[in-house]
Amino acid sequence: MVALTPISRKPISFVAPVMAAAGAFFGIFIGTANGSTLLGFLIGGALLAVIAVAIMKMDLPEKPVRWGLIVAFAVLGFSLGGIPGAVVGAAFGWFTGWFAYWLFEGRYRAKVAPYLTSGQVLWHFAFRVICGAIFIFLITPILVVMPLSFNAEDFFTFTPEMLRFDPDGYSLKHYRDFFTSDAWQQSLWNSVTIAPMATILSVGFGTLAAIGLSQPHVPFRRAIMAILISPMIVPLIISAAGMYFFYSRIGLQGTYLGVVLAHAALGIPFVIITVTATLVGFDNSLTRAAANMGADPVTTFFRVQMPLILPGVISGGLFAFITSFDEVVVVLFVGSASQKTLPWQMFIGLREQISPTILAVATILVVISVCLLTVVEMLRRRSERLRGMSPG
Amino acid sequence: MKLTKTLLATSALTVAAGAAWAESHMSSEMTLVSWGGAYQASQQKAYSEPYMEMHPDVAVVWDESSNEAVAKLRAMNEAGNVTWDLVDVVASDAIRLCDEGLAMEIDPEEDLAAAPDGTSAEDDFGDLLVSDCFIPQIVYSTTFGYRTDMVPEGVDAPSQICDVFDLETYPGKRALEKRPINNMEWALLCDGVAKEDVYDVLETDEGQDQALAKLETIKDEVIWWSAGADTPQLLADGEIFIGSTYNGRLFSVIEEQDQPVAMMWDAQVFDLDGWIIPTGLDDAALARVKDFVKFATDTQRLADQAKYISYGPARASSAPLVGQHADLGIDMAPHMPTDPNNAQNTFLYNYEFWADYRDDIDAKFQAWLAQ
Amino acid sequence: MSNASEAPTPDDGLRLMESADTGPVLAADGTPLKRSLGRALRRQKLRALMLIAPLLLFVLLTFIAPIADMLFRSVENQIVSDTLPRTVVALKDWDSTSGELPSEQIYEAAYYDIFIAAERKLHTRLGSRLNYELTGASSLFRKSGRGLDDIGEVYQDQFEDLNKAWKDGETWAQVMGSDAWLSEANSWGKSSGKLAPALELRDGIAELLPKTAESYSSFANFVRVDDGDNPASEDPWSLVYAALWQDLTSGADVSAYSGPNADLLQEAASAAQDFESISFTDGFAEIDEDWVDTPIWQTIKTYSPKYTSGYFLNSVDMKKTPDGPALRDEDQRIYGLLFKRTMFMSLVITISCIMLGYPVAWILANLPARTANLLMILVLLPFWTSLLVRTSAWKVMLQQQGVINDVLVWLGLVGDGDRLVMINNQFGTIVAMTHILLPFMILPLYSVMQTIPQTYLRAAKSLGATNWTAFWRVYFPQSVPGIGAGSILVFILAIGYYITPEIVGGTTGTFISNRIAYHISSSLNWGLAAALGAILLAVVLILYWAYDKIVGIDNVKLG
Repeated sequence: MVALTPISRKPISFVAPVMAAAGAFFGIFIGTANGSTLLGFLIGGALLAVIAVAIMKMDLPEKPVRWGLIVAFAVLGFSLGGIPGAVVGAAFGWFTGWFAYWLFEGRYRAKVAPYLTSGQVLWHFAFRVICGAIFIFLITPILVVMPLSFNAEDFFTFTPEMLRFDPDGYSLKHYRDFFTSDAWQQSLWNSVTIAPMATILSVGFGTLAAIGLSQPHVPFRRAIMAILISPMIVPLIISAAGMYFFYSRIGLQGTYLGVVLAHAALGIPFVIITVTATLVGFDNSLTRAAANMGADPVTTFFRVQMPLILPGVISGGLFAFITSFDEVVVVLFVGSASQKTLPWQMFIGLREQISPTILAVATILVVISVCLLTVVEMLRRRSERLRGMSPG
Repeated sequence: MKLTKTLLATSALTVAAGAAWAESHMSSEMTLVSWGGAYQASQQKAYSEPYMEMHPDVAVVWDESSNEAVAKLRAMNEAGNVTWDLVDVVASDAIRLCDEGLAMEIDPEEDLAAAPDGTSAEDDFGDLLVSDCFIPQIVYSTTFGYRTDMVPEGVDAPSQICDVFDLETYPGKRALEKRPINNMEWALLCDGVAKEDVYDVLETDEGQDQALAKLETIKDEVIWWSAGADTPQLLADGEIFIGSTYNGRLFSVIEEQDQPVAMMWDAQVFDLDGWIIPTGLDDAALARVKDFVKFATDTQRLADQAKYISYGPARASSAPLVGQHADLGIDMAPHMPTDPNNAQNTFLYNYEFWADYRDDIDAKFQAWLAQ
Repeated sequence: MSNASEAPTPDDGLRLMESADTGPVLAADGTPLKRSLGRALRRQKLRALMLIAPLLLFVLLTFIAPIADMLFRSVENQIVSDTLPRTVVALKDWDSTSGELPSEQIYEAAYYDIFIAAERKLHTRLGSRLNYELTGASSLFRKSGRGLDDIGEVYQDQFEDLNKAWKDGETWAQVMGSDAWLSEANSWGKSSGKLAPALELRDGIAELLPKTAESYSSFANFVRVDDGDNPASEDPWSLVYAALWQDLTSGADVSAYSGPNADLLQEAASAAQDFESISFTDGFAEIDEDWVDTPIWQTIKTYSPKYTSGYFLNSVDMKKTPDGPALRDEDQRIYGLLFKRTMFMSLVITISCIMLGYPVAWILANLPARTANLLMILVLLPFWTSLLVRTSAWKVMLQQQGVINDVLVWLGLVGDGDRLVMINNQFGTIVAMTHILLPFMILPLYSVMQTIPQTYLRAAKSLGATNWTAFWRVYFPQSVPGIGAGSILVFILAIGYYITPEIVGGTTGTFISNRIAYHISSSLNWGLAAALGAILLAVVLILYWAYDKIVGIDNVKLG
C-alpha cells in the first residue's frame, strides 16, 4: 500500500546520539537497581554509543555482530542478576543489535512514505510504540497467568523457586487435577453442551428477527429493537436475580433448559447487532431479482441472502457462544449443581479454595483459541489466494 | 431448507435428550448442598463415600451453593419447587431458615443416631442443637493467622487479639472480613470493654460508634475479605501480616501447604456448621435423606471428618475418637479450635443479637467502609 | 431545478390517482392501485413482524418478564397486611404521631394475628421484613411467637380446671361444627390421601360466639390444610380458649344454644365472669417491653399498605417515618455515594477505554490486513479468556507483592519498603475493568474506522492541512459513531459490573451492583435490591435512549 522508499545509510552524527540516548534510558534502570542512577545513565549511554561507532566505523558484518551482542549482554546480565538477568540481558542484546542496524542502514525509512518529514517519521514510530504498549497491556495479564499455572504450590504466587527457574518450582499437577477431577470434567462437559445450544437458539431466532428488522417498513421498530437489545444493557446482576425468581416460579430454575434459555437470551443482542449491521450493506434488489426469477422466499433466503450475511451471522454466533461460555453470574443463579459450567466451577475455585487449576484451565482455553484463530486466519488467506485476491 | 430442518431437529432432540436425562436422574439422586473446597471434600470422604458404598443405588450430587443457600431456598419455597435434599449451613442461617419455615424440624431422638455408649443424640450434641431444625456437624472458629517471618525483630509473636489493633508493634497489613460480625466485638474488646458487656455496649449507637472508631485506627491497613479463600492467599503472598479466617483454612496453609504462618487463637469466635433438611420434600426423598443424615452424623462419621480438616466434631462422644490427619499423619486434636490450649479465651457467635442488629449495624458498617 | 420538478416521479401516479376526475388508477389485476399498494405494504409489514415475532416472544418470555417480575418487588409489601390483617385494620384509627400507645383493641387484634401467624410460621418472616426498618423487630416477633401462648393458657387452664371436657378436641368440634360435618369428619381417615372435610359451622354459633367461631375456623383450617390432620379430633389452640372467654364475658346469651354440650357451655358462661384474666396489653408487655412502646406500632402502621415506597426511599438514603420521608442518619447514608461512585468510575473507565482503544483501532484499520488480523488476535484473546481469570491475573499483577511491584523494585524505581498500593482501591478497579472492557471499545471503533478511506487524510494534507488539522477536522468526525458505540457499550457494561469490583475493588472501588448482590444473596432484602436495581436500570435506559437519539442504535457494530 505504501510506496517503497529507497534507503541509505545514515551518518554517524545521527546514529550514535540516538543509540546513546537509548542506552542512557535503559542504563537508568540498571543503574538504580545496582545503586547508582547516574552511573547507570552514563555507562549505558557511553556503551551503546561506542557500539554504534564501532559498527559504523569498522563496517562489521551484521549477523555475527548481532549474535555477539546477544551473548555479551546475556553474560553481563547474568553477572548482575542471575538467570533472570541473563534473559533480560539477551533480550536487550538482541534489541541493541537490531536497533543499531535499523538506524544505521536507514531501514526505518523503508516502509514509510518518502515525502514524510523527519518529525512525521518520528511520530509514526512513536505512535507504533504507544500502540505496542497498549497491546502489551492487553496481553500481559494472560501471559502472567500461563507460568503460574505450572506453579508447584497451591497459590497464585510466583515463588522464589519459580523466579530462579528451579524445576522444583514447577509442576503439572494443576493440569493433572483438571483432567482427572470429576468436578472439572463434568463442568467442562456442561459448558460444552450448554453453550452451543444457547448459540443455536440465539442465532436461529436472532437472524430471522434481524432480517425482519431490516425490511423497509417495520412498525414500532425502535421499541422492538430496544426490547431485543435489552439483555445486553440490563445490568447482569438484575437479569440474574429476575430470571432466578421467575424461573423458579415456572419450574425452569435448576434445569438444563432454563440455563440454555437464559444464555440464549443474553446472546441475542450480539446476534441482532452483528446481523443487522451486515444487512445494512445488503442490496435488496438481489432478493427481488431472485424472486423475479421464480425463487420462493425460503430458497431466496438460503441461496442468496444467507451466503452474503454469513460472516455477520458467524461473528454474532461467536459472540453468543463466548457470552454463554464465559458467563458466571446468571448460571450461578439459574443453574443448579447438575448445570455447573466451567466458569461456575472457576468461581467456586476462587471463592472456596484458591487453586491454580483455574489458571491451568484458562491456559488450555487460551491455547485452544489461539489455535482456532490461527486456523481461521490461515483458511481465510488460503481462500483469498484461491480466489486470486491479493492478501490485504 | 435442509439446514433449517436439521437445525430444528437437532435443537429439538437436544432439548428432549436434556430433559430426559434430567428426568431419569431425578429419581435416585440426592442433592447435597455444601461449601465446596476442602470442607466439602472432607464431607465426601467421611460421609458420602462410605454411605454410597453401603447404598450403591443412591447417587449423590454436590451443589456448592451454601453461600446462597438461604436466598435460594426462599426462592425455591416461594416457587414451590424445592430441588435440594440436604443443605449444609452455618447455625445462624439454620435459625433463619427454621424461623421462616423453610427447614424441617427434626426430632433428635428419632432422626439422629445415639452415641455408641448409649447416650442419646440430644445429650451427645448438647447445647449445640441451637435450633429445632439444625443438625450440627462441626464446631469451627474464626481466628487469626500471621506470617512468622514478618514479626518485627525483638518483638514477641502476636498472642492477643489487641495485637491486631497495635500498628506500632506489629506494622503491616491486616485482613478482616467485610462484615461487622466478629470485627465489632474484637474492636470493643480492645477498646477496654469487658467481654461480658460487649453485646450490651454494641446495642447502643454510642457503642457501635465506639467500635467503628476503634476499627478506624487500623482502617488504612486493612484488606477486607469476603471469600474464605482470600486470607490464606494473602498470607501466602506475604501481602498481609495478620488476617482473620476460618481455622481450617489456616490449618491447610500451615500444615498442608507448609507456609511460614502461625495461628493466634486468642478471642477466636466459635460458630457451628451443620445440616438442615428443607421442607417440602416428598416422602421417598425424605426417607432417603433421613437415612443418610442418621448415618452421616453418627459418632464415628463426625470423628472421621476430622481426619481431613481441622474442625471439631459436634458430638461430645466423637472427640476421643479424633485421630490423625489422613495424609500428613499428624495428630489432629491440638489443631481443633475446641482443644483446651486453643480455647482459653473464646466467644460464641451471638445468634440472637446478630439476628436483630445485622441489618442496622451492617448498614452503618458498609457506610463507614465506603467513606 | 425546473427540469427536475417537471420530470415524472413515482409519486405522480399516486397524485394522479387521488385526483377524482381521472378516476382510480388500476393495477394489473384490476384493483385500484392505491388499495393494491396498501395491501402490498401491509403484507410487507406483516412479513417483517412474522420474522421478528418468534424472537420477540422469546425475549419477552425469557427476559423481559423476569425483569418486570423482579422490579415489581421494589414496591410490593403485601406481607404486612397478609400476616396481620386484623391489626392493620385496627391501626387505621390510631394516631401514630400522638405518642400514645395503641388501644386494647389493637393489642387484641395483634394477638390473634401474631398467634395464627406463629402457628403458620410466618411471624418471623414478617419480623425479618420489619427488621429492615426497625432494629429488633426480628427477635421481637420470634419471642412473641412463643410468648403469646401464655395469654391463652391463662384461660385454657381455667376452662380445663372447670371441666376436663374442655381439654378434648372433640368437645370443641361438637360445639362449633355442624352435625353433617361432624359425621363426615369422623369417618375420614388420613390414609384416604384426601384432606379432611372443611369445617362447616353450626347454625347460629357464629352469631352467638363470634370470636370463638372465627378463631376456631382458623384453627380448623390450619389443621386441615397445613398439618393434613382432622380438626374434629385435634385439641384447639390456646387462642380459641381466650376467644371463648372473651365471647362469654362480653354478654353472649348461651341459654339460646341448644346443641351438644350446652350444659358445659352454660357452666363455663357462669364461671367465666370470675376467671382470672389478663389484658392483651399486659400480655404483650410481659413478652417484651418494646411492645408497649410506640416505634414498633408506628413501623407496622407505616408499612401496612400493600404497596410501599419504602424500598425506593431506602435506596436514596431516606426512610419512611410517620411524618413522611426523611433523610437517614448521616452514618447510614451509602447509596447516594455508591451511585455517584458507580457513575464516576464508569465514566473514567469509558474515557480510559477511548484513550487506549482509539490508537489501537486506528492502527488495526490502517495496517495491511495480514498484520491487522494477527494483531486482532491479541485483542480477541483477552476477550475470550474467562473474566474470572483476567481479574485474578490483575490481582496477581497489581498487589503489593505482585508482578508490577516486584519489577519496579527489581528495577529500583521504588524501594522495597514503599511498594505501590494499586489494588483494593479505585485504581485497581479502573485498571482491571479498563482491560476487561477494552475490546468492547476497540471492536466497534475498528469496524467504523475500516470504512473511512485513508485517501481522505492524504487529500486533506495535500490541500495544506497540518497533520493535526487533517486528523481533527477530517478523520476524527468520521470516527465519532465508533466512539459513540464503543462508549455506550463500555459505560453500560461497566455500570452493571460486580465480580471484578468485588475481587479487586476493596472498599473504595466497589459499585452499586455489589450492594445489590449483597441484598439478594446475604441480607435477603430483595425489595431493596429490586429498588436499587430499578434505579440503576432507569439510568441505563436513559443513557440508551439518549444514545439512540444521538447516534442511533443501528450504528453499533461489533467486529
